[in-house]
Amino acid sequence: MSTATDARTVPVTSQLATFWLDGDLYGVEVEHVQEVLRSQSITRVPLAPPAVAGLINLRGQVVTAIELRERLGRPARPAGEQPVVIVVRLHGEAVSLLVDSIADVVDVNVRDFEAPPDTLDGSARDLIRGAYKLAGQLLLSLDVNRAVGT
Amino acid sequence: MEGLDDIVEEFLVESHENLDQLDQDLVALEQDPRSRDRLSSIFRTIHTIKGTSGFLAFNRLEEVAHVGENLLSRLRDGALDLTPSRTSALLMMTDIIRALLAAIEATGGEGTVEVADTVAVLAAALEDVPTPAAETAVVEAAEAVVAAESVVEAAEAPAAAPAKAEKPAAKRAPAKRASRAKAAVPAPAPVPAVETVAVPAPVAAVPPAPPVTPPPAAVAPAAPLAPEPGTAEAGPKGRGVADSTIRVDVDLLDNLMLLVGELVLTRNQIVQYVGRQNDQDLIRASQRLNLIASELQESAMKTRMQPIDHIWSKLPRVVRDLGLQLQKNIRLEMEGKDTELDKTLLEAVKDPLTHLVRNSVDHGIEATADRIAAGKPAEGVLTLRSRHESGQVVVEVADDGAGIDPAKIGRSAVNKGLLTPETVARMSPQDLLNMIFAPGFSTAAAVTNVSGRGVGMDVVKTNIEGIGGTIEVESVVGRGTCMRLRIPLTLAIVPALTIECAGDRYAIPQISLQELVALDAEKASAAVEEVGGASVYRLRGELLPLVRLADVLGLPSDRHDGHVVIAVLRSEGRRFGLVVDRVINTEEIVVKAVSSQLKAIGLYSGATVLGDGAVALILDVQALARRALRAESADRQETRAAITAAIASQERQRMLLAAIGGGRRVAIPLDTVTRLEQVRSDTVERVGSREVVQYRGAILPIVRLDRHLGAFGNDDRETLEVIVYADRGRSVAIVVEEILDIVDGEASVHSDIDDLGLLGSAVIGDRVTELLDVRAAILAADPAFYNPPPGMPDAFAALEAAGAHLMEV
Repeated sequence: MSTATDARTVPVTSQLATFWLDGDLYGVEVEHVQEVLRSQSITRVPLAPPAVAGLINLRGQVVTAIELRERLGRPARPAGEQPVVIVVRLHGEAVSLLVDSIADVVDVNVRDFEAPPDTLDGSARDLIRGAYKLAGQLLLSLDVNRAVGT
Repeated sequence: MEGLDDIVEEFLVESHENLDQLDQDLVALEQDPRSRDRLSSIFRTIHTIKGTSGFLAFNRLEEVAHVGENLLSRLRDGALDLTPSRTSALLMMTDIIRALLAAIEATGGEGTVEVADTVAVLAAALEDVPTPAAETAVVEAAEAVVAAESVVEAAEAPAAAPAKAEKPAAKRAPAKRASRAKAAVPAPAPVPAVETVAVPAPVAAVPPAPPVTPPPAAVAPAAPLAPEPGTAEAGPKGRGVADSTIRVDVDLLDNLMLLVGELVLTRNQIVQYVGRQNDQDLIRASQRLNLIASELQESAMKTRMQPIDHIWSKLPRVVRDLGLQLQKNIRLEMEGKDTELDKTLLEAVKDPLTHLVRNSVDHGIEATADRIAAGKPAEGVLTLRSRHESGQVVVEVADDGAGIDPAKIGRSAVNKGLLTPETVARMSPQDLLNMIFAPGFSTAAAVTNVSGRGVGMDVVKTNIEGIGGTIEVESVVGRGTCMRLRIPLTLAIVPALTIECAGDRYAIPQISLQELVALDAEKASAAVEEVGGASVYRLRGELLPLVRLADVLGLPSDRHDGHVVIAVLRSEGRRFGLVVDRVINTEEIVVKAVSSQLKAIGLYSGATVLGDGAVALILDVQALARRALRAESADRQETRAAITAAIASQERQRMLLAAIGGGRRVAIPLDTVTRLEQVRSDTVERVGSREVVQYRGAILPIVRLDRHLGAFGNDDRETLEVIVYADRGRSVAIVVEEILDIVDGEASVHSDIDDLGLLGSAVIGDRVTELLDVRAAILAADPAFYNPPPGMPDAFAALEAAGAHLMEV
């Protein structure tokens, strides 16, 4: 299990589950991903930090949902677009991330890895370890631990 | 088995299990005599048995275990080597312990099982003599006994013979040995003795018990007496102790509870769904599911339930020791020992309860001389009571001691700077009693080493509230004090009220809920007074501060028709009304933890999944009260509020504005107001020259403020607006024409232009307002009002007569 937070400790090859968010492709280590859900009803939590979208019922378990757009400083999801819920398991606890849509699981090699592009700004920069240069597309590697630690 | 204390029963269960392990360990030890682990494990087992048997006063058992422990400790430390004869001695010890346990289980006592020989054998094994010599010693000892007991010679011969022959094999097959020895015994005289196992009398009828105790033969009584699972011998009273219970990992139970919780929720969903169907079979099946799920839930909850006696059982000792130390003669009575509650809660209640008991013994019950002087029996009685009451467990710690004197509490609070003398004078006795729960308050006249060490009742209160419970105190001077705890049955599943606010549903634990008030638009506009940003509702005359949930949550309420729904909640002794959009239902909810970042918001104690699968947040009523009532000092009914009020009054004073007729307005400090009331004018009666009304079973003198202040009000109204003012158990009613408003009396423009009955005047809300001399007004109604009460007991009597209602405010 890779919980590395530093680019230098990224393993040579790894599998990332990828998803789209505001036009960009992101990836998280597959080991962290428990499941992907669609059309979940979310109970909002008044006065919660803005990145907390609310709570979802995962087969009787109450799981916090983090709005990744908010976390990464992106504009809110256009009205009418349903988010996809990625349930990740960290330190034995389930947390869920709201993303735009889910994409493939891809094998990545550390050769293609590069530090975060300088164009990335503040809040997102802390959450992104770096980018894998895939053919025709950049894949941003998301630090899940930091992403959920609102 | 009935009649055995739970504690003994537990000891038996535990010991039986440990002994089974011990047999295995001992035999395994023969293969590997150097195994430190096994020796340690055996040592621990025997050590535990020794300790517990000593505690339970099973002396013979303790004696055997003690010698065995000595032997084992030397073996463990490597001072002695494990020889076959020592193993035999240890196995013999195991068997005799079994026999003793069996006797205890059957009769509650150690019966006639003799231990002297086993002790001798163990002691011999303890001697650091070469193995062969020790072995002979053992055998010789056995033979000596055999020789001495000629009575059962016949029986003894076959028993002793295998003893010698089998010595090396003995350790390997205790069970086999046992059965063989048993087979050998019945032949001669004491046949019935062995056959009628587990029944004490026949065993006692075998005087030659000693002969059967030498090494291998010792198992003869042991084997049949030990509750062999499943054998007929164990059967006379049903299952033996060891079979009737099973130890289960608490995690497993927690998981079971979790699953049952899920099942209950799923059941709710199905029942809801099926309710809309017409399929009779489906409906029947869902009804069955409903029933079974409820029963399953109940049973699963019971697995975690333990009788409160588990924590009570330690209290007699506490009371006895403390009583001796303090030279008080105290009898402890317990009612409702069997009341069960969740293990986790039981643990949580243990310390607070012990504290309360110590407190009662130390401070509650007077010294013997004082009791006699007061005409009470010398022996003080401390009563513990527990019972189930509407889904809660009520636990009371009551003593027949001196009671708590509210006046003393008040003085103490003043000395400690917690309250001002003025506040104390206005507080009701019950409010003063509640001061004992205030942080930094201790009633102990002297700090003793028993209690009164600064960790006081506030900690008890915090702990009890931490598990969702409440604590209250009742006390009558000279008669005693009763502390009452209300504890939820279980933490996992709680009854809750579901409400809606701004389109979302929330759950409120029932334990905080007192009542629901629904007002239609017309009533609401009259009864809910929006004053200076603070809303108040007159709930049967008492001022109830209102908190709008939508405002707290920062959401727009979606109730626009003017209806007001109020959930009257109580938290930390304060009462407030939570205004919600609608009330949905009451249901049992399964409490789920929420992540720490959501807990940190300080509004939600958890979340739950509702019947339709939606997640609802559980409101943390205590946090809500703390958050929303920070500035609400109007609620002076309760202790904490009284403290807050004392602080607030230094900064600003809230005033009740009333019209008294003739266009005159009078301001009355709000903290002197106990409640607002309306009385029908035709209920006003006369006593001499004074007017009174009957009010809640008491006679309430009234003063008409218009006449008192020389204004000319309208006399022929049907109902009178009345401000009730209570102090030290006396009440008066001040009649005004109309209650106008509640304002913050930042009346900077004071003037000493006054008149009879006024303190002065001020500009409040752009109008000149007269400041009422409350004291003068009250004296006009009841000239004796401020007379020092003729001793608190009388005040109590008056209060009791007045009905406890006034005390409750």
